Amino acid sequence: MRGFLPLLKITSNMFEFISRPWPWYVAGPLIGLTVPALLLLGNKSFGISSSLRHICAACIPANISFFKYDWKKEVWNLFFVAGILVGGFIAAQFLANPNPVQVNPKLANELATYGVDDYSQLVPVQLMNWTSLFTLKGFLLMVFGGFLVGFGTRYAGGCTSGHAIMGLSNLQWPSLVATICFMAGGFIMANLLLPIILSL
Amino acid sequence: MENRESKVWGNLKYLVLGTLFGIVFVKAEIVSWFRIQEMFRLQSFHMYGVIGSAVVVGMLSVLIIKKFKIRSLSGEPITLKPKQFNKGQIYGGLLFGFGWALTGACPGPLFAQIGTGATVVAVTLVSAIAGTWFYGLIKEKLPH
Repeated sequence: MRGFLPLLKITSNMFEFISRPWPWYVAGPLIGLTVPALLLLGNKSFGISSSLRHICAACIPANISFFKYDWKKEVWNLFFVAGILVGGFIAAQFLANPNPVQVNPKLANELATYGVDDYSQLVPVQLMNWTSLFTLKGFLLMVFGGFLVGFGTRYAGGCTSGHAIMGLSNLQWPSLVATICFMAGGFIMANLLLPIILSL
Repeated sequence: MENRESKVWGNLKYLVLGTLFGIVFVKAEIVSWFRIQEMFRLQSFHMYGVIGSAVVVGMLSVLIIKKFKIRSLSGEPITLKPKQFNKGQIYGGLLFGFGWALTGACPGPLFAQIGTGATVVAVTLVSAIAGTWFYGLIKEKLPH
């Protein structure tokens, strides 16, 4: 009985640690370990945006040469992204942080001027919901934004995982060019164009 | 039939790895639109720390794998394809950057966000698939 109470305390401390947001020095190395994990499990190179191409090849190839290849050989990639979805579900259902997302007060002040002050979810529910989808602002954020993500990553030949993590891990300079351009595009959008869109 | 079954089993390990990856994504708030906005405004070190330390760990792992010629579990030699430079990395990179700041997500986080219950993100995902499809359609006409 004497040994049981501290054990209970450790378990509850551990759970508290898990339910809090994880710091970068825990999450970053875990994400980095995906690179050797995929290589060791099956000689697979880490890259997520390719899954979008495989979905096109599987569902709507439309006789386009870019989608005429044996996507079934790459089906591991679709299992991997399905896993990400499952992981999102598990984390939200069982390991959720009960507190709102903590952001820099400067960002909170800026977003408040656009009426965004709900930090209960990881996505801004006031901007991204089924009703706002049919407004110009919502359309630009979700539909147009999503289109750019799919178009841009394929045009660039990879996304944050394929270029910024896998490509840089393998010391590929084209991946460094791509990563710099991802960041440049993000800085331009977030600081110059997004304020206009959010004021719509 | 047996072959197909072993294929599914063989791929389940990627489902498990993806699941762990998705949990990290959510727990470190990498899939948060707010965190992405902080990153692009230089208001937080969090995302830079995540990506930076992931690259360092990835780099060391690749270095070790190459140096000791480590093979995959099935005994295959590990091969890494070099990335060829083309202008797509610039134009496409910028366009993806725009999309990243708008949606607050790169392709991986889109799947995780849907998993957390943000069902409307499924529309963003379908739109991203449409974007990839459109790239395939006009690929030959784009500067590369």
